[in-house]
Amino acid sequence: METFFFVFVATFALGTALAMVLSKNTVNSALFLILHMLSVSGFYLSLNAQFLAVIQILVYAGAIMVLFLFVIMVLNMDEDEQIVTKVDFKQIFAVLVTVIVLAQLLYIVGNFTGALPDFSQQELMAIGTVEAIGDEMFTTFLLPFEATAILLTAAVVGAMLLAQKNVNVEDEIE
Amino acid sequence: MEIINDLLLFLPATIVAIGGLTVMMLDGYKARSRTIYTTTMVFLGIALGVASWDLLMQAPELIFSDMAGAGGTAAFGTFIVVFGTFFTVILTHDYLIGVKHNFPQVYPLLMFCTFGMIVLATANDLVTVFVGLETMSVCLYALAGIIRDKRLGVESALKYFVMGAFSTGFFLYGITLLYGATGSTSLPEIGAYTDGGLIYWGGVSLLLVAFMFKVSAVPFHMWTPDVYTGSPTTITAYMSTAGKTASFVALVLILDRAMPFIATELTATFSIIALLTMILGNAVAMVQDNVKRMLAYSSIAHVGYLFVGLAAGSVAGYSAVLFYLLAYTFMNVGAFGVVAYYEKNHDVHFNNVESYAGLGYQRPIMGVLLSIFLFSLAGIPISAGFNAKYLVFSAGIEAGLVSLVVVGVLASAASAYYYLRVMVYLYFREGKESVSLIEPKKVYSFSLVFLALLTLYFGVVPGGVTEMIYGYFSDSMLTATAP
Repeated sequence: METFFFVFVATFALGTALAMVLSKNTVNSALFLILHMLSVSGFYLSLNAQFLAVIQILVYAGAIMVLFLFVIMVLNMDEDEQIVTKVDFKQIFAVLVTVIVLAQLLYIVGNFTGALPDFSQQELMAIGTVEAIGDEMFTTFLLPFEATAILLTAAVVGAMLLAQKNVNVEDEIE
Repeated sequence: MEIINDLLLFLPATIVAIGGLTVMMLDGYKARSRTIYTTTMVFLGIALGVASWDLLMQAPELIFSDMAGAGGTAAFGTFIVVFGTFFTVILTHDYLIGVKHNFPQVYPLLMFCTFGMIVLATANDLVTVFVGLETMSVCLYALAGIIRDKRLGVESALKYFVMGAFSTGFFLYGITLLYGATGSTSLPEIGAYTDGGLIYWGGVSLLLVAFMFKVSAVPFHMWTPDVYTGSPTTITAYMSTAGKTASFVALVLILDRAMPFIATELTATFSIIALLTMILGNAVAMVQDNVKRMLAYSSIAHVGYLFVGLAAGSVAGYSAVLFYLLAYTFMNVGAFGVVAYYEKNHDVHFNNVESYAGLGYQRPIMGVLLSIFLFSLAGIPISAGFNAKYLVFSAGIEAGLVSLVVVGVLASAASAYYYLRVMVYLYFREGKESVSLIEPKKVYSFSLVFLALLTLYFGVVPGGVTEMIYGYFSDSMLTATAP
């Protein structure tokens, strides 16, 4: 059952990812990406990380992808104004390097013998809950968690700085 | 309460973060830019005081359930970062008013950036390293693009963002593989893992590649010249000193704590990187006519010297790297400060070495200061730069990397050409047109004089500091090898 579920989700994830990259229409790409996010949340479910699965759908498939779609609609790309133009030497080289790196990584992961701790089903169930995640977040990982708050604030301030048009310089040359 | 204790030990970062939020709110309530600047300086001043106290008094300790460290190398990194930021803000304020781009948002961003750097420099866990690195980078992406009405500024910010995001991908993949191999993200726990395995090496190499991107070591340096040239000059100083210091301290901590047993295996890799970086950085710097671009390539060359220290893989090498970072912060903030001063008297493109002709006699103090900083960057004796290079190279000799050190010394001697060339233009060439330089503000010239004095001071008596740094590692090595 579990294997069947994994193969099903994995095929779905790979298919949607390929479809997203290969489809010419940007809106279709975005929609395929939503499907891909959904299948990734399926992986989380099969790993007993229920909370993460829900968050994955809420945040990525929900919030972020809606923004993506908005941006695409606002930019309003025409049919002939596609992102992918013609294939040149640089692109072939890029694809070649990507394939080599991918092969290396697959080889590495494929050789992995498994040093990770083995959890029983009950323990796994407990790990994926909101309580367990919150507990870790506010005890062990408190510093990185709080630092993330500063990171997000900084991102907002930075976006504001870059979006500003008129320079409001105060006349302070003394 | 443990958390209160942790916060007290993490006080410089806490003060800087609170300061950043305060300044941000001040801007929200439309405070005058003078108020914003003063508040920033007050917070940074307090943070610098606390950081110096930590540097001298605090014993090494792990805080926030082993997520970060206090005292020792952490205090040293924090001190350099806060020190660099303090002087950067003084210079930036003046410079941005001069070039009419004094956005109030710059100050909170600089504070948040400093917070990220402190988190990065004190981290004891890969998760903390990642969050710190990202906080720093996100702020720097925005700061690189302040001057957007010039094409270079836009190019700089965009290039930095794309390359930075790319290297972040490497970093995350590296953490993932290392976690897979060792079952932990904590540096000492990864360090306890001796048996390599392919997945372990995959993680290590991806992690190191990401760091080489961030510190711009050849062949991952492509973004550096454009970003450093396009960014506002004082921000470039900030990126190349405080930013590089934070990344290098984190890299040294990772090498010392998480990879103590593979230091000898990494020597060959680091030697090749050091060799390429020194040769390419110096060779390309020689043909630059733009002083800012020349300093960008020179900063790549300095990364090469730092990698000689890393290649040594010994306590001497690591402590030489830390001393180098301190010295480099003094002289590079200073050099960029003078360049920024010349620039703001004209416009942002006043960087060509030919336009410096005869400027040395116009405001003698600025000419002398620039000469001191460039002498130090070239590594001429009785400057901090000389001692820093001496320490790095002697650590290399001790580790048996004689041929690498010979190349390093030759490259360093060659670098004198392009540093001295600026001075030749300053003093021995007639200016084509009369360039008027307004008198620098008292605080501006005073900061630069202070940095120059420090540069000379550490050129004469580096002893105390190097011993202090040496002490950090004899302690931290013990914690790394203990089970």
